[in-house]
Formats: sequence, C-alpha cells, structure tokens
Amino acid sequence: MAENAVKERNEATAAKTVQFKIQRQDSPESSPYWETFNVPYRQNMNVISALMEIRRNPVNSEGKATSPIQWEMNCLEEVCGACSMVINGRPRQSCTALVDQLTQPITLEPMRTFPVVRDLVVDREVMFDSLKKVKAWVPIDGTYDLGEGPRMPERKRQWAYELSKCMTCGVCLEACPNVNDKTNFIGPALISQVRLFNSHPTGAMNRDERLDALMQDGGLAECGNSQNCVVACPKGIPLTTSIAAMNRAASVYSFKRFFGSDHMVD
Amino acid sequence: MRDSDFGLRRLHSLLGIIPIGLFLTQHLIINHFATQGVEAFNTASDFMGNLPFVLWLEWIVIYIPLMFHAFFGLYIAFTAKPNTNRYGTYRNWMFFLQRITGVFLVIFIAWHIWQTRIQKALGADVDFDMMADIFANPFMIVFYVLGVISATFHFANGFWSFLVTWGITQSPRSQRISTFVMMGLFLVLSVIGLRAIFAFV
Repeated sequence: MAENAVKERNEATAAKTVQFKIQRQDSPESSPYWETFNVPYRQNMNVISALMEIRRNPVNSEGKATSPIQWEMNCLEEVCGACSMVINGRPRQSCTALVDQLTQPITLEPMRTFPVVRDLVVDREVMFDSLKKVKAWVPIDGTYDLGEGPRMPERKRQWAYELSKCMTCGVCLEACPNVNDKTNFIGPALISQVRLFNSHPTGAMNRDERLDALMQDGGLAECGNSQNCVVACPKGIPLTTSIAAMNRAASVYSFKRFFGSDHMVD
Repeated sequence: MRDSDFGLRRLHSLLGIIPIGLFLTQHLIINHFATQGVEAFNTASDFMGNLPFVLWLEWIVIYIPLMFHAFFGLYIAFTAKPNTNRYGTYRNWMFFLQRITGVFLVIFIAWHIWQTRIQKALGADVDFDMMADIFANPFMIVFYVLGVISATFHFANGFWSFLVTWGITQSPRSQRISTFVMMGLFLVLSVIGLRAIFAFV
C-alpha cells in the first residue's frame, strides 16, 4: 500500500520540471553569463537539492553538457551562512529556500557585494577581517588565572542570545545600499556584534576599544537608515535597533572622550 | 577624511537640523507674509535683509553650513547604490528619496541664490515684485514648487534620521512614532511654503 503511494507520487511528479536560471562565472576575473537548467521535480526539494541534481547531471536546458555549478554549503539548517546567495532577487540561504515556495524560473545569483570566486561561491573574508577590526570577542587571556567574571543576569542572557544568532552570512551586507565597492562600510552585522560583546559583563571591560573601532572610517556613521538589513536578516536579529543603540553609545562615548577626564571605559 | 569620517558625518547630520533646518523653517514662515499682501511681505523682507551684521549672519548661519552639508551630502548620495527594486519598503524608499531630493536641492538652491541673493548684491531689490516677476514664468512656478517640497521633505526625513543617528530613537516603536511626527512636519511646512509661492502668482 505504502509502496503504491510512493510509486503514484513519483509518477505524478516525474513529468514535472523546475526551471532554474543561474548566473555563472568561470573565474574571479571573467565576466558573468546566464545558463538555464530544467531540473526534475521532487517533493519538498530545496535549492540545494536542485543544485545537487544539476551536479549529478550537468546538462543545461538546451541539452548541452556543461560544467557543474559551484556553490558552498555546510550545515543545511540555516545556522552556518555558507550557502547564502541571491534567490529570485533576494539574498538568503539556499538550504531553506524551498522550491515549492518560489516562483519560476528560479534565478540564482552570487552575492556580488563580495568578490565572486566561481559561479555562486563568494569570498566573505572582508566580514571576518571586520570582526577582527571591531574586536568581536571577549578577551580572557592573561599571564595568571583571572578567576570568574561577573555574572550575567538570565534575562539579559536570553536577550543577548538573539544577537548571538548572527552567522556572518553576509545577507544584510548584500541588502544594504551603503555596502558597496565605493564605500568601506563594514555593514550592519558587525555593528550588532559590537553591541553583543559590549553587553557581555566581561566583554564590557573593553567596550571603549570596540567603540573606537566603530568610529573609524567605514564604521557606524556610514549607515544611511534604509533599514533593509532588518528586513533581510534570516535570523530576525534587531539590526536597526542595534545600530541605533550603538549610535547612542558612540554619542555618549565621544562626548565623554572630548569633554571628560582621562577615564577609558567609564 | 579617513579617521575624521565619523566626526564629519555626525557634523553633517547636526548641521542639517541646526542651523539649516531651523533657517528653512524661518525662511518659509517669513515668506508666508506674502499671503498678507505686498506691504506685509516687503516689511518682513526688509527687516530680514537689514539685520545688523547681516553678512556675518548669512555666512555663519547659512552659507558655510549649507555648503558643507551640500557637498558632503553629494559625496554620501553618490556612494550609495539604491536598491528599491529589490526592497520596496517604506524606509528604503525614504533612503532613496532623501538622496534624490538632496541632489535636486543643490541645483535648486544654487539657482535660487543666483536669482535672489546674488541679484541683490548686483543691485536689484529683493521684494514682492521680484518674486512676482520670477513667477510670471510658469516653468519657475513648477521649479519652485518642486524645490519647496524637496526641501521640506529632505528636512523632515532628515530629522527622522538625525534622531536615529544620534541614538535618540532606538526602539522600532519610537522610530515608528517619529515617522508619523515627521510626516506631520513635512505636511505643515509644505503647506506654509506652497501658500507663499501661490501668493505671488
């Protein structure tokens, strides 16, 4: 009985195909071109399973054999950010992009805010460099045991957990009109990370250093308030609230730095 | 401009409100005297044009802040890559319109200063007749209407961003409420400005 049902379902979907229009690029320097693929439909397929199908049988819609498409993936459950790409015009993770919910032809493009390596693979290193610039970590190393840090209130921990969901996927940078090759803007995700680490009781011991970094060229001030980031973020991180909060922190900090005494942190 | 970028951008945001936004409001309110007749407008215009230290006031309150705001603003506008076709949200459109109106205002204000202040320096009288002559040309009416609406929009929406940029409105709720307040400001200032234009026609 169950076998029959599976067979029936397979027969019903065998004839169906899904059309993909994919922007390809052979090398970082070469120019992009479009290629169309008709992929046999399977129930509950996502963009990645379709890309795997193309890899298994790399033949385009004209019936010509072509090279398999290059893309990146890792966790397949929207927590790593590696499979981010522009799907039907919007940047998002391809693992959670279900074919049934997308209008066809489904267009796939690399996130061109970042340097394209090949096809849908981009180099997101600029974000990891920015994380270093804003010191997005809690420094605990010393020459002796520093002991326990201050306790974090549970309610604050739960709130901070939301900010910590950031996976540095780059979708908010791709959505931001001010992150491009004409500016050095580090992007919304990085500003929110400063808020996360400045809220941490031990991290707060270095909060002036992170604010200093945010107030450099390409930092906080380059936000133009288009608020696309908070719309685009797949993890629902309150990025615009983080930006405004860091704006306030930077206002207070810069006044203290200019008019205040020689305190560093407070 | 590298390390001072933060300071310059904060200055750009501040100057848009103080003094430029305040001056715009005052300018539109003085213009509104035109609705009370030729005499009322000329008295007000003479008063403003003959303030003590008027040249100092003009340079410090208007020209220097306005030029900085305009030229730094052009840099900001042309380093953005608007993407309203990808995200057609209200805020993204405001972002786009803020830059469009800003660029248009650089052109409009340059022309407006040439047509009024520079003509005054060359010996013309800035009075009701001067504006009535300008508005004898229907193209100028359209140009000035667009100019006034762009200015009031750019100020009201810029005020909204100012509140975010300085960290005053943080929560989505406060930002939403300030959106409505600024829409109100835009409407009120536009009505004041447009009533003055059509008083000359």
